[in-house]
Amino acid sequence: MFKIVEKREMAGNTVCHLKIDAPLIAKKAQPGQFVVLRANETGERIPLTMAGNDPAKGTIDIIFQVVGKSTALLRTFNKGDAILDVIGPLGKPTHVEKLGTVICVGGGTGIAVLYPITRAFKEIGNHVISIVGARTKDLLIMEAEMKGVSDEFFVTTDDGSYGRHGFVTDALKDLLDARKDVKLVIGIGPIPMMKFVCKTTEVYGIKTMVSLNTIMVDATGMCGACRATVGGKTQFCCVDGPEFDGHQVNFDELMKRQAAYLKEERQSYERFQKEQR
Amino acid sequence: MAEKEKKEKIPRQPMPEQDPKVRSRNFEEVPYGYTPELAQKEANRCLQCKKPKCTEGCPVGVKIPEFVNLIAGGDFIGAAKKLKEDNSLPAVCGRVCPQESQCESLCILGKKDEPVAVGRLERFAADYERKQGTVDLPQIPPSTGKKVAVVGSGPAGLTLAGDLVKQGHQVTIFEALHKPGGVLVYGIPEFRLPKAIVDAEVDYLQRLGVEIKYNYVIGKILTVDELFAMGYHAVFLGVGAGLPVFMNIPGENLCGIYSANEYLTRSNLMKAYLFPQYDTPIAVGKHVAVIGGGNVAMDSARTALRLGAETVHIVYRRSKTELPARAEEAHHAEQEGVQFKFLTNPLRYIGNNDGWVTGMECMEMELGEPDESGRRRPVPKKDSNFILDVDLVVVSIGTGANPIITGTVPNLELNKWGYIVADPETGKTSREGVYAGGDIVTGSATVILAMGAGRNSSKAMHEYLMNKSNTVA
Ligand SMILES: Cc1cc2nc3c(=O)[nH]c(=O)nc-3n(C[C@H](O)[C@H](O)[C@H](O)COP(=O)(O)OP(=O)(O)OC[C@H]3O[C@@H](n4cnc5c(N)ncnc54)[C@H](O)[C@@H]3O)c2cc1C
Ligand SMILES: Cc1cc2nc3c(=O)[nH]c(=O)nc-3n(C[C@H](O)[C@H](O)[C@H](O)COP(=O)(O)OP(=O)(O)OC[C@H]3O[C@@H](n4cnc5c(N)ncnc54)[C@H](O)[C@@H]3O)c2cc1C
Ligand code: SF4
Ligand code: FES
Repeated sequence: MFKIVEKREMAGNTVCHLKIDAPLIAKKAQPGQFVVLRANETGERIPLTMAGNDPAKGTIDIIFQVVGKSTALLRTFNKGDAILDVIGPLGKPTHVEKLGTVICVGGGTGIAVLYPITRAFKEIGNHVISIVGARTKDLLIMEAEMKGVSDEFFVTTDDGSYGRHGFVTDALKDLLDARKDVKLVIGIGPIPMMKFVCKTTEVYGIKTMVSLNTIMVDATGMCGACRATVGGKTQFCCVDGPEFDGHQVNFDELMKRQAAYLKEERQSYERFQKEQR
Repeated sequence: MAEKEKKEKIPRQPMPEQDPKVRSRNFEEVPYGYTPELAQKEANRCLQCKKPKCTEGCPVGVKIPEFVNLIAGGDFIGAAKKLKEDNSLPAVCGRVCPQESQCESLCILGKKDEPVAVGRLERFAADYERKQGTVDLPQIPPSTGKKVAVVGSGPAGLTLAGDLVKQGHQVTIFEALHKPGGVLVYGIPEFRLPKAIVDAEVDYLQRLGVEIKYNYVIGKILTVDELFAMGYHAVFLGVGAGLPVFMNIPGENLCGIYSANEYLTRSNLMKAYLFPQYDTPIAVGKHVAVIGGGNVAMDSARTALRLGAETVHIVYRRSKTELPARAEEAHHAEQEGVQFKFLTNPLRYIGNNDGWVTGMECMEMELGEPDESGRRRPVPKKDSNFILDVDLVVVSIGTGANPIITGTVPNLELNKWGYIVADPETGKTSREGVYAGGDIVTGSATVILAMGAGRNSSKAMHEYLMNKSNTVA
């Protein structure tokens, strides 16, 4: 059992932050790694990135968007409640190195995944430029945190309610036009966003790293639910990733695989909402 | 002599089981097991040979005539105790061991007639004891003060843990998943091995004092070196061979194509067959193809039927004679309506716009010269391609070694396939104090061989632990 020591609602109650007591995982966690959670006995195993960890206090942070049954269920948990299973740290840590100028692009809840990675790139001595985006102002998360670990910082919203009106890729393109010293772009967010970030950077020949949020079951390399085609080869995202060279990723396949259980997911979510009423 | 002839006249007693039509739509166990009367009748067939052949076929040396004799005499609890002297999981083995190629294949009665149903009797005795609810705990000797870490709670790890705790060592099992049992829980379906049986065995170990820690992926949360640093004096690696193998043919990443591991893990471990009461979904295919011919393929095919498939094909590249599955499993699958396409191999998958599989192009094969395994090698038949309409495929062509742990133990010798190199008698690896056994050493094998490996390692580890010079830390 893993106790929740803090709970915080974000982005107009669509996103939730939990601080969980998991001392061993907290000690080992590195940027880019994730945990698998199973909320209760009938629950499924869902992967969530660690947005932070405190080895001294023995806690890890997860920030998740409520998109279906399992995340909605997790959101019903309060401070003091316990999550049945937390497994981690899983996945390969981000390869962090001093390169010079690095652009970190985050969209939606992807910003939570991006934050510890951005911080690591900053701490090792890179010039970090961040671009974060959301559909609208109220859905933007972790602005202050991201700003705090960036040398330059930009915000975009799809509807223009805050920051620059447009997509993160618009801001990215301008930056790439303006400066020639960008060594690496890291793009994390919804699949279409990552796909377009990669399309944008491809033109400039700049290496781009993405984090793939495939469907997972065990997340230890045992089942292959998480497979994606990268560079023409099948990779298991849970053990070979979750980060990959974005220019090699078959995003179209990824998008279709993500949608494999739409019918069941809807059924499950509707059933849950009925039960909650 | 007259006595012997009379005994042979009793025919081998069948085990009552669910009707195939009914059971192919539910997840309840297929056979009901012997009644006491049937068990005694069957046990009475045994000739009580002076030099029993059957025992030679048992990888852990169960004293077969002795336990069978106890059943014949009505001492069912005594029979269970006798079994447990050599086999710590008789209720499991009675259900899943390939007796037809082990003890029963050597039984003297089998020469003229049918062999004694050793497996069914084993199952009966173990079930009888469990249902009585009074499983006695053996006397545990005083603590040796030695700590052992067991990685993996499959049959190898469970057997070893039981043996070592009974010798007074302090044993902790670290299991990656949230439930114990390894393949017994995530792989073998409920209708073949009810999970309550595995739970009962694990409960027994816990009462003996074995500690189990779940959600510990060793190699990630802790390394083997860290286990030693934490004060464990020896480590056993029983992590199985859990890495699914795919065929690497075009279209294999279409939706609706599962590895057997994923398909069975969703259904068994995550209880997707009870969706939406349980949250994990599983795709229900109308027309299912299962690639492969082992027990795993049979389990996948029979699961697909139970989830509601209209047709299920086993697609196997060799012929019926080479089928690696236990005869009983293939027979049960056939009875339930699984169809077999022998001498057939898939070439590529065809999908629709949503990325779902809709068809599988196959090729017919014929048997050529024998290969390294001694089986005749299947070779493609010219111009024999055809398309099988499918909306769900389960790839069940084997598994390999998962590098998550083996890659994080410095100086651990591995073979060219990534399995751990260990002495077959003792499980000793190239690292001092590290032992290994089960599928991670042999590649996918059987429950009983994994248990045998656990038993052998427990003896070697006990010696190692009691030799003071090894473990003064
Ligand atoms: C390595 C990794 C890290 C992730 N980190 C985060 C994070 O930090 N914050 C966050 O909000 N989300 C993250 N996700 C996505 C998160 O796991 C899914 O949103 C969650 O599982 C959805 O579950 P649900 O039941 O609420 O929704 P569902 O109704 O099940 O599904 C909604 C959507 O989530 C996807 N999804 C469903 N089940 C899974 C599953 N088992 N694994 C992955 N995706 C699934 C589906 O494709 C679907 O589009 C991460 C995913 C991965 C693989
Ligand atoms: C579907 C299926 C059906 C089968 N049917 C039969 C049958 O009828 N008869 C028969 O005799 N055999 C059968 N087998 C084979 C048999 O189940 C295996 O040979 C046996 O279970 C191997 O035992 P093991 O202890 O070596 O490993 P496993 O049973 O594989 O257990 C290994 C355990 O280690 C855990 N683990 C792995 N990595 C780590 C890590 N890094 N840290 C912590 N824990 C870890 C795993 O989660 C797992 O619980 C079947 C196998 C399958 C898959
Ligand atoms: S070989 Fe057959 S008849 Fe002889 S003891 Fe064994 S089970 Fe009984
Ligand atoms: S989630 Fe099972 S192998 Fe990656």
